[in-house]
Amino acid sequence: MSKQQLTQLLKKEFLLEFRQKSTLAGIAVYIISTVFISALSFKKIIQPTVWNSLFWTIFLFIAVNVSSKSFMQETKGKGLYNYLYYNPRQFIFSKIMYNMLLMAVLSLLTFFFYSWFVGSMVQDMGMFLLALLFSSTAFSGVLSLMSAIASKANNNMSLMAILSFPVLMPLLMVSVKLSKNAIDGLAWSVSYNYLLILVMLNFVVIALATILFNYLWRE
Amino acid sequence: MIKWWKILSAFIILYTLVWGMLNPVPHLDILNETIRNVYFHVPIWFAMIFQMGLSVVYAIQQLSKNNLQLDLKSNQAAQVGLFFSFPGLLTGSMWAKFTWGTWWTFQDPKLNGVAIAILIYLAYFILRSSIDDELKRARISSVYNIFAFVMMFVFIMILPRLTDSLHPGNGGNPAFGKYDLDSNMRMVFYPAVIGWVLLSLWILDIKTRLAQLTQKYDEA
Repeated sequence: MSKQQLTQLLKKEFLLEFRQKSTLAGIAVYIISTVFISALSFKKIIQPTVWNSLFWTIFLFIAVNVSSKSFMQETKGKGLYNYLYYNPRQFIFSKIMYNMLLMAVLSLLTFFFYSWFVGSMVQDMGMFLLALLFSSTAFSGVLSLMSAIASKANNNMSLMAILSFPVLMPLLMVSVKLSKNAIDGLAWSVSYNYLLILVMLNFVVIALATILFNYLWRE
Repeated sequence: MIKWWKILSAFIILYTLVWGMLNPVPHLDILNETIRNVYFHVPIWFAMIFQMGLSVVYAIQQLSKNNLQLDLKSNQAAQVGLFFSFPGLLTGSMWAKFTWGTWWTFQDPKLNGVAIAILIYLAYFILRSSIDDELKRARISSVYNIFAFVMMFVFIMILPRLTDSLHPGNGGNPAFGKYDLDSNMRMVFYPAVIGWVLLSLWILDIKTRLAQLTQKYDEA
């Protein structure tokens, strides 16, 4: 695959996003209001487990919301155009890479607002950020494919959630465990296993998404 | 035509039902007689995993050959697999009540894995029902089937080995196969596995034929 086409596709994604600033702003408002609601209802969180699970629940919903639209703009005409000019691997790669960047930024933003409003409990910041980074990349791999599936099946928003929640669960369990270790400030040697699994899951998810998208793409 | 393996499966399951209740078992602490659950609970899970695996194999074939009959079989196998998850859950839950003292616990990755598996296959059926075009439905649901099976496999097979689990065979708990399964129990356990897998194949056979007939009837 040519690098040029891939960068072209990526550029297109960014252009589309920045041309419609309202969607990005919408996501930011979504994050802030969700975090604010949880801050208001919890007042103060003392238990690290509660802090952790609330954070990941918020992140899960934001991730699903953000990535559900990644294939929604692909109309039938555009699909035909893309089919003629690009190969499916480049196309899904560009989507995944774009989603990765977006998700990494959004996860940091969520973490920032969450620690601001609710208070931070993380003791090992490095490990927590690593967990956040690798989970957001794996999340975007899964969610890009799920978004493609949902867009083929009548673009149903609730379908996106139904399809992706159970599939994301193994990923989420590893992330929760890893970030819990980071919150407790455990030694890195305890978390190596989980980090390894998370990185491995990244590869598995992206490889599977790339292979399987081939078959979704044909109409 | 009567197929021999169908009769065999009925006889094997009858044998495990009777002899599984009567044969002598090692009386271990806590477990006691509940160890007999290994003749029912474990083979039912094997049958479930077998059917779900079969469904994925059909899904992969469907993607390469684009044959609607394969999609029909994949769908039916997923249904049989889901069906088997319920008796598996029930027997496991009853066993847990008498050994762990609770019907269900969220601490155990295997239990969570099964809950996820059920959710995944329910999502699969919802996905199927939301697409009208047959060829499109076959392709898209196959893609989801394969992806979901891999993630479920990670959840059931890899994660339990990492975390502590209450389940026998994980997290330092003795596996039935390693320490407790004596030759008496093997006489029941291995046939039971074969019997339940054959039974699941029998159900799949009937369901597939029924679905094919319904399809023909609808077309006519």
